[in-house]
Amino acid sequence: MTSMAPPAAPAGGSGRASKPVKVKPQRAKRNLELFLMIPALGVAALADFLVSASPVAPANDTSWITHILVMGLLGLGMNISLRIWAKYADPFILPIVIALNGIGLAMIHRLDLGAAKATTVATSQLLYTGLGMACAVIILWAIRDHRILRRFTYIWLALSVFLLILPLVPGIGREINGANIWIKLGPFSVQPGEFAKITLAFFFASYLGSKRDLILLAGKKIGRLQFPRLRDMGPMLVAWLVALAVLVFQKDLGSALMFFGLFMVMIYVATGRISWIAIGLVFVAAGGTFAMMFMGHVQRRVHVWLDALDPTVYQATGGSYQIVQGLFAMANGGLPGTGFGEGKPNSIPLGNSDMIYASLGEELGLIGLSAIVMLFLLLISRGIRAALGARDGFGKLLATGLSFILALQFFIVTAGVLRVMPLTGLTTPFLSAGGSSLLANWVLIAILLMISHNARRPSTGGGTLSTQEQGMIDRHLKVSTDSALDATPDSTQRLGGETS
Amino acid sequence: MAPLVLTLLRFAFLALVWLLVLIVIFALRRDLGVGQRTRTVPAGAGRRERQQAQAVNAAPPADPEGEPRQNARRLVVLEGPTAGTELPLAEAPLLLGRAQEATLVLDDDYSSGRHARLFPQGSRWFLEDLGSTNGTFLDDAQLSRAQPVDLGQRIRIGKTVMELRP
Repeated sequence: MTSMAPPAAPAGGSGRASKPVKVKPQRAKRNLELFLMIPALGVAALADFLVSASPVAPANDTSWITHILVMGLLGLGMNISLRIWAKYADPFILPIVIALNGIGLAMIHRLDLGAAKATTVATSQLLYTGLGMACAVIILWAIRDHRILRRFTYIWLALSVFLLILPLVPGIGREINGANIWIKLGPFSVQPGEFAKITLAFFFASYLGSKRDLILLAGKKIGRLQFPRLRDMGPMLVAWLVALAVLVFQKDLGSALMFFGLFMVMIYVATGRISWIAIGLVFVAAGGTFAMMFMGHVQRRVHVWLDALDPTVYQATGGSYQIVQGLFAMANGGLPGTGFGEGKPNSIPLGNSDMIYASLGEELGLIGLSAIVMLFLLLISRGIRAALGARDGFGKLLATGLSFILALQFFIVTAGVLRVMPLTGLTTPFLSAGGSSLLANWVLIAILLMISHNARRPSTGGGTLSTQEQGMIDRHLKVSTDSALDATPDSTQRLGGETS
Repeated sequence: MAPLVLTLLRFAFLALVWLLVLIVIFALRRDLGVGQRTRTVPAGAGRRERQQAQAVNAAPPADPEGEPRQNARRLVVLEGPTAGTELPLAEAPLLLGRAQEATLVLDDDYSSGRHARLFPQGSRWFLEDLGSTNGTFLDDAQLSRAQPVDLGQRIRIGKTVMELRP
């Protein structure tokens, strides 16, 4: 890619006098990452400084310095860890995520200051950011190669189902704001669904990676669409039932949409068949009709969404107060926003988690919001780029799935806040307050970084061949000359024994 | 702090967020160019596209040693389930096959786990079949021994077709 790269190290150590094959290896780009971290941290620092200097903050509020120092050190730690364990990882992902995390932290800090009763959500958010990055580093260190994850197909399925059922278990499950998606672990509330989305992506990627050809080749053709056999539709049915079960028992429309959307995207990417999208949409329509007819909370959500500005709906308990306050806030912000500390985002219920997009909209305006959307767009495009570069089917599917989780989650929340679709309780990745969400999303980023490292890494062969094989190649190279390169029958036979 | 300074800083913040977006896009542009070249192209169009890509990408500097033959720098999958994949070549042997530990994992039902090996010797690359079930083909001739591979020669394993490119 560039001439600044050092020459490739000679492989094997065989005594070759002839001219080596010249290659320009991919540059690691960790310094570019470090450089991009400067504007990213600058964004976070300026946002937090503006909060501390705003009228709502007490005089001499210096908490922004602590926040930024911690964020900077954590970012530097991530950069160093990547230098050691994932040298060729994508250099854009980390700075973008740090900028988003920093903007979210500043907004949460501002909402803390503006709250009627002083809260310290920002401090715990900072703590969870640190924990999330620590988890990311541990994953980078422990897993190294994402292909290991492929081996545990059905364990991932079992783990996902377990995590999704957990909040329904009496005793540890908790209902907050009408949704059963929380469990209580000592003093903490955990949202296992946030982690289930990652394990489900693992399952789908390894299942579809191995069964793809079966799903592709078998089946009837009706018109221009080729439909799969009924038994290959099994996983589709399972995914649909899981989504529906989440909807019915946990009353969580957002997660249900996300899980089913994730599966549809992954099966479409795996097979490239439009028929799957058609079948999926039929399933969504069936599920949606069922939910609309028989489930009170879905009916209420849709009603609130369609008639949000009706005064009776606005004033009703569980009505459109939250979503309309969000709309008012964004209208108040206008194009340039009111500036940190000048608006009234505290009047939005859940302004620092589900509705943080509206809070940001009030104080940063459309200009700030669209920049945030751009950052997400870039982040997701980097994930898809890692998928394009991945050399194994599992890695491709997994990177696509993980990127789409971010995309779907961001879309579902913002579309809800902007009244494009019914508002559902999901967190905005990296922006919203919430330990589970932050932790899960940092884990997700660690895996994306790992896949991009394996995708961009030049193939040295050293890590992929056993020492016995390497020795055999070296011997082979010594024996043979440029003119006569017959493989010795011996080596062919021995290697032949290992082929399938 | 003076309100004027705060207002200015407020707009400076919005500018800075957009600046970050633009810096990232600017730094990305070269990578986007790489994306263009990884696009799947029919085998015949490959050469033409390569020339175009070189013309656009301000052509790599000429070889200082004035070597007549261009060296292979990447292995490009043209057809098959993994079409579009591009592998930068280093100075080390590559294992091709369906096994997960292969350097290039071929998601191809007609390839063996450890199907073939591509290795550098001198300034050339050689292809050797590792006793695969369905054989390895170089320009439609089945390999019976290790053979040198030239740029643009079609390597076929199962339904996968690859070629070396500079």
